[in-house]
Amino acid sequence: MAQQGLFGTSLAKKYWMALTGIFLITFLVVHAGINAMIFFNDGGVTFNTWAHFMGTNLIIRTMEIVLFLGLILHVVDGLMLWKQNRAARPTDYAFAKHNANSKWYSRSMGILGTLILLFLIVHLWHFWVKTRHIAGTMEPYGVDAAGQENLFALMADVFSNPLIVVVYVLGCFSLFWHLLHGFRSAFQSLGLNHKKYNGAIAFLGAAFAIIVPLLFASMPVAMYLGWVK
Amino acid sequence: MGNMKLTLKIWRQAGPSAKGAMVDYPVTDISEDMSFLEMLDVLNDKLVREGQEPVAFDHDCREGICGACSLFIDGRPHGPSRHITTCQLHMRKFKDGDVIHVEPWRSGSFPIIKDLVVDRGAFDRIQAAGGFVSVNTNGNLVDANAMPIPKPESDKAFDAAACIGCGACVAACPNSSAMLFVAAKVSQYALLPQGRPEAKERALNMVEQMDKEGFGNCSNIGACEIECPKDISLENIARLNREYLGASVAKE
Ligand code: HEM
Ligand code: SF4
Ligand code: FES
Repeated sequence: MAQQGLFGTSLAKKYWMALTGIFLITFLVVHAGINAMIFFNDGGVTFNTWAHFMGTNLIIRTMEIVLFLGLILHVVDGLMLWKQNRAARPTDYAFAKHNANSKWYSRSMGILGTLILLFLIVHLWHFWVKTRHIAGTMEPYGVDAAGQENLFALMADVFSNPLIVVVYVLGCFSLFWHLLHGFRSAFQSLGLNHKKYNGAIAFLGAAFAIIVPLLFASMPVAMYLGWVK
Repeated sequence: MGNMKLTLKIWRQAGPSAKGAMVDYPVTDISEDMSFLEMLDVLNDKLVREGQEPVAFDHDCREGICGACSLFIDGRPHGPSRHITTCQLHMRKFKDGDVIHVEPWRSGSFPIIKDLVVDRGAFDRIQAAGGFVSVNTNGNLVDANAMPIPKPESDKAFDAAACIGCGACVAACPNSSAMLFVAAKVSQYALLPQGRPEAKERALNMVEQMDKEGFGNCSNIGACEIECPKDISLENIARLNREYLGASVAKE
């Protein structure tokens, strides 16, 4: 393991964590934006158009590979940091008041990340593995009013199961806490801490952490309750 | 003499490799004007009279400037108050009948020597790896005031230099990370012109030593800043992150 520089050292691990974290945040913006097209309530036509574009455009498909690599790096790096951090205190305190000096979610990034990962496995199975890699998945759903492949109908089908809706809402809840600490933390890791901007970063971070997971969670709920058709 | 009665639960460990345990000690006649260390002195006085082994704990200046006194008191480094060391903690912060846990700093990088005394040599080795400026001292010293330094910069450097190396940041951190200490030591030089020539080497070498000592990584949790007796700011950690990034990219 390197002892200085941009790989392997404690600080390097955090730079990569922050960069991949911010990259995942930008992905969430695109993902949430496109999925929100279901709220046009047009039987999924607008949504299906965008989904088709995302599924076929060469640049987007290339970015998908970069996205997977970024996610894997974030997960592996995060788990390595977590393991090292646990090992750094072999004997714990008999009595400690952690809440007196820090927030529980700041201390629980590893657990929150793992919950997100478990959710992602379920989520990728539902919408990525089945549509891209299992032939015939889309056939029962036919086409939409505009004659496009009907991903919207698959979504409606998946979210007709209340258990799955609950799993998705919990996944979004974990993401909320992960981002509430992670957004600001990423700036600090990269050395971006300045009195003039800290307030804005904190505000933006809290707003993002609330709005994006809430938007995501509203989709399965809205579909289950039949608010979007 | 005061009249507080307390129950202390103190970590006792006979030596570095001995097995330790929390042991209960009732203490009486404690005045609220005593410092926490004076209260321990009362306990030790009693233990010695009874022919028992006194509780080993670190202390030196007893006025909040040396950093020797440590102790994880009632679940927090240096006890319940902010911006103080244990020698500055007074018994008026506690109530008659309280049960108070007293533990050593817990970190794999701070091995226990005895009872509440830990070896903070890791900090010395980090400091030796780069926490200095190399100046020629054989007769041609430069007058300190010959180099003008803007007041805001010198204030920030002094704020960072206020770190007393107590280790409360490591003790408080869920990751047992030494980032606040290293950041303070890197910053106090990085902010001054005298420190710039060696800034790259300093950041790289001190972080390398920090990693070698086995401290955890910084998750920006912020417990260190809250528990630091000298109010060292997290801004310093951001500065270390910048210094290290710049040094890693630019170093030949
Ligand atoms: C879309 C999903 C995710 C996003 C947007 C995201 C974002 C972030 C951000 C911005 C940070 C802060 C980086 C820093 O402190 O510099 C972070 C930290 C972290 N993430 Fe994620 N993350 C995601 C998924 C995951 C997953 C699946 C894991 C699985 C293990 C994970 C584990 C961690 C850990 C352990 C940290 C804390 C690292 C540390 O400071 O020690 N994250 N994440
Ligand atoms: S940064 Fe604060 S808590 Fe850490 S060693 Fe220095 S004075 Fe003590
Ligand atoms: S004994 Fe010196 S700081 Fe407490």
